[in-house]
Amino acid sequence: MASKKHIIELSVNGVRHEGLVEPRKTLADFLRDDLELTGTHLGCEHGVCGACTVMVNGEAVRSCLMFAVQASGQEITTIEGLATGGKLHPVQEAFWECHGMQCGFCTPGFVMSVYAFLKENPDPKEEEIRPALSGNLCRCTGYQNIVDAVRLAAEKMRETSAVPVPVAVKE
Amino acid sequence: MKPAPFEYFAPTSVEETCALLARYGDDAKILAGGQSLVPLLALRLAQPEVLIDINPVRELDYIQANSDGLSIGAGTRHRTVERSSAVREQFPLLSAGIEWIGHPQIRNRGTVGGSLAHADPAAELPALALALDATFTVIDANGSERTLTSDEFFVSFLTTALGSGELLREISFPAFPAGSGWSFREVALRHGDFALVGVAAIVTLDNTQACSDVRIALFGVGETAVRSRSAEKVLIGQKPDKQVIATAASEIIKDIQPLSDVHATSAYRQYVARNLVEQALTEAIQRAL
Repeated sequence: MASKKHIIELSVNGVRHEGLVEPRKTLADFLRDDLELTGTHLGCEHGVCGACTVMVNGEAVRSCLMFAVQASGQEITTIEGLATGGKLHPVQEAFWECHGMQCGFCTPGFVMSVYAFLKENPDPKEEEIRPALSGNLCRCTGYQNIVDAVRLAAEKMRETSAVPVPVAVKE
Repeated sequence: MKPAPFEYFAPTSVEETCALLARYGDDAKILAGGQSLVPLLALRLAQPEVLIDINPVRELDYIQANSDGLSIGAGTRHRTVERSSAVREQFPLLSAGIEWIGHPQIRNRGTVGGSLAHADPAAELPALALALDATFTVIDANGSERTLTSDEFFVSFLTTALGSGELLREISFPAFPAGSGWSFREVALRHGDFALVGVAAIVTLDNTQACSDVRIALFGVGETAVRSRSAEKVLIGQKPDKQVIATAASEIIKDIQPLSDVHATSAYRQYVARNLVEQALTEAIQRAL
């Protein structure tokens, strides 16, 4: 017996979407299946790996631990929403330049977490970087290049401090 | 895997929440931050028929600080407490401990009430509540309230004194004792992991620099967080030197029964707990001086 579905309305990367979902459908699955935004990845589906990290009303959140019904009326930013007009966001550029990824599976989650971190802490001390990354797991890189990418991203974001918040991005 | 099907309600007031609890009782689970509950649902370790989402109940989200102490609404996010300058000034022990809760993403959604009601023995907040003598205001399905002490609230592994159809509404902390020092120590495998062992300590010195009040709360040491009253007794009335501190730390063994699991043995936890208590007491005393 499937449960009654709920109508939801939410903004994702500046675009308004509607959906009809079972309450148990996670935000992660809604983004991937209903909106076909598959940049958000499912690594563990129980809140430990961080590959599913998105921003909800500007805060980094594990989308596998939220239900789509809870996201109704909220503003969601996914990895697809960072680049603007085909130009990579400074965080994405930094990951690229520092080779902060190998298979890329954890990368969207890291990039979203780093973006959220640097928005709040634009000039982090060295000892603040790793704790900020503790919620994201990577099996490939050993993290060194990811930490470098955070440093470089912070520098880039401070230089171009008028980086626009993604609005009305066409996928 | 995916959670089993459930019915979902999103009340916007405490009154509405209580009405839903009255209606569904044991069939329902409160959904707050979801950082502990949703993994259980995803792994199907819990399969409630009804989920009552209290995130829209904004009246549960508040921090009130005054000279009498601190009151925190059960729906207040960890990150709100983390960022509160009032908490940092008046309850530095709480600010210090909150930073150890999981990861930033968890603190963005997780709530103070949710963590306390979940009562994981390895969690920070139950131990902080014990150390700070917090009281818990609980409201039932009819809207009647009762207040519990921390000792009364935490019963056993993942079990609190919350009855079927009851909602934790507020947690209150009496004013931090003047002239007190504090310390928070935790050992975990990786930053943000569940604690293997941890300590929250408060030491109050009188004007002869003897201990007038000592609170030593440990977590990761059994079925619930624990106040080690045997250790605390050693220090009361004493001027705390290295020897007294060491004796106090050796007494915790009387109050803790750490379990062995895949992360650590009971013996390891006992050993680490004793060291952490010595370190925490030393630091707390230094802060008090």
